[in-house]
Amino acid sequence: MIRTEEMLLNVGPQHPSTHGVFRIVLKIDGETIIEAQPVIGYLHRGTEKLAENLQYTQIIPYTDRMDYLAAMTNNYVICHAVETMMNLEIPERAEYLRVLVMELGRIASHLVWFGTYLLDIGAMSPFLYAFREREAIIGLLNEISGARLTFNYMRIGGVKWDAPEGWIEKIREFVPYMREQLSGYHDLVSGNEIFLNRVKGVGLYSKEEALDYSLSGANLRCTGISWDLRKDESYSIYDRFSFDVPAFDSGDAWARYQCRMAEIEESLKIVEQAVEQFPENGEIMAKVPKIIKPPKGEAYVRIESPRGEIGCYIASEGKKEPYRLKFRRPSFYNLQILPKLLVGENISNLITILGGIDIVLGEVDG
Amino acid sequence: MPSENDGKSPGSELKKQAAAEAKAKALELAKQRALEKKEENENSSHEMSIEERKKKAVAEAKAKAAELKALREKEEAPSTNDSLADDKAKAAAKAKAAAAAKAKAAAAAKAKAAREGAGDPSDPAADEKAKAAAKAKAAAAAKAKAAAAAKAKAAREGAGDSSGPSDEKAKAIAAAKAKAAAAARAKAAAAATKAEEPAEEQKPSPLQPLLDRYVSLIQKALGEDVLEDSYINRLSRDVPTLVAKPDTYFKVAQLLKHHGELRFDYLSELHATDFETHLEVYNHFYSYSHRSPVALKVKINREEAVIDSLAPLWAGADWPEREAFDLLGITFTGHPNLTRIMMPDDWVGHPLRKDYEPYDVEV
Repeated sequence: MIRTEEMLLNVGPQHPSTHGVFRIVLKIDGETIIEAQPVIGYLHRGTEKLAENLQYTQIIPYTDRMDYLAAMTNNYVICHAVETMMNLEIPERAEYLRVLVMELGRIASHLVWFGTYLLDIGAMSPFLYAFREREAIIGLLNEISGARLTFNYMRIGGVKWDAPEGWIEKIREFVPYMREQLSGYHDLVSGNEIFLNRVKGVGLYSKEEALDYSLSGANLRCTGISWDLRKDESYSIYDRFSFDVPAFDSGDAWARYQCRMAEIEESLKIVEQAVEQFPENGEIMAKVPKIIKPPKGEAYVRIESPRGEIGCYIASEGKKEPYRLKFRRPSFYNLQILPKLLVGENISNLITILGGIDIVLGEVDG
Repeated sequence: MPSENDGKSPGSELKKQAAAEAKAKALELAKQRALEKKEENENSSHEMSIEERKKKAVAEAKAKAAELKALREKEEAPSTNDSLADDKAKAAAKAKAAAAAKAKAAAAAKAKAAREGAGDPSDPAADEKAKAAAKAKAAAAAKAKAAAAAKAKAAREGAGDSSGPSDEKAKAIAAAKAKAAAAARAKAAAAATKAEEPAEEQKPSPLQPLLDRYVSLIQKALGEDVLEDSYINRLSRDVPTLVAKPDTYFKVAQLLKHHGELRFDYLSELHATDFETHLEVYNHFYSYSHRSPVALKVKINREEAVIDSLAPLWAGADWPEREAFDLLGITFTGHPNLTRIMMPDDWVGHPLRKDYEPYDVEV
């Protein structure tokens, strides 16, 4: 019999599969992981501390840099928190623009996940296809906001820019194109035996564990809980669209993959309806004071980001800066379950499990 | 098709050729013209759209100006009725102009003007108009408008009940109040939302029964004095908020998780805040079984920041508590691995404390 010894293996902080700066210290016995200790904070920029000296509008660009793959939802969460406190009514057109950019952002974010996840577990070409489609979305978002990733697009009370001419038409054309490509992805990947063998039954957890670990987004829905804040705690104008909340029961990496792919479809549905209902004209900003001062008190709001439940807590003293600002960052919460999932796994599954959670390190570290 | 070479005489051939050439030329010309026309059309349509936009902008500007003018006229309107009121209204208008700097003085002046104006039995109309002006101003914040309208209405109703001098007095007081409130609102719209708060709180929240049920369940199970406070947080989507005492915090949390009628199985958020007088841990729980939210808070001594950890109840509390420990220096007893998570292990101090000074060995 081969005698094996426990060994410490350091993965990261710079490791290609983390797509950021993330370190994990593994104790391994042969190829089996006995213990895993994630180390985070390499990308901690102290957004919350910085925000205490910034006016609310000035904080918005900082939120772009948390979850940089879906910056629109981050933009939205802080605006939504302040608007909830101030009880502001947002103009129709602004709401539609917000929903459009958020849903396009969600598709783009899932496409990055799809491409890089498959790249991590050894499939090269899906990455190229996914990034081609994502580039189209980035182009659309660039056209409306002037930036490819750090949009700084939303404002408290509305959005900064109106849709340029022909923008809505371009989205209308994009939806069927994306649908076609998506079915292409399914042909390419979803039935691939090698892929299925790598993800089925890997990174398994139950419904109870998912709730216990405060998981959200696809990480929660992969255990069969059909929960989406867009539907269940509806905000903005999401109650005007008909879409489903895909949920799968198996609780493994395969279910998470199916969830996200189905979510792209649902987002396309929302985009399609939003384009149809898009108001011909109208204001894009509510009447708000030049200096925004939410009333004294505190508020916590949560919305559905591509990675799960993103929340924003504001404690206000009625001044133009927040007294305390806190983001509930879904990647941070979702990552907690990783050490538990890794114990007893073969080391080759490390990347499959880590990638399946879909984290963005900028958001983990805040 | 018969070719041109088939022609019998060279003359006819020439003619035909000439005709063909002429036709071609004409065609070209026509094409060119069409092109030019098209370009012209395009240009004009482009210009049109710009012009249209300009027109629109102008119209909008005009509308705005008209609005402003109307507003001013409304304010100055008493002049047509009463010279006394006129002077006062003018004074008020002036005061308004200076409001940016001397909002308080303006409010006082206006209040006085309104009181005196309304005190005069001969000009209830002026009073009405003053009220209208106050209302129009309040339109700055849509909500504030509603509040002002409500107030004005209340004042009107109140005035309707009585008659004679008492009526005027009531009106005058209401008007003065409305005006003062309007001035304050104009000064800072943020204040507006504050001003309307009392009006809003009169309506019980739809989530009030939920809060009452939580509180009664907790009190039944743990005793009367486990909660420091409980209220509906109006600013935060009416979330029922419980404030536990430090020594009962864990017990309350435990009950919230395990009680069959509460069953808050999901920890949505945990974080702490330094309120300078004390530290506060804020939790947002959600029950997937009952589809209901609750917020649980606890106030902690700032100097001796120790509190029970919730990680044994919700595994998801692990990292957020480490974050609160790291950034605010709260010790969570019973936490499985309470170490720094964001800052390096050898960091000095807790950055999110309000009195935090960065430590630098060089200094």
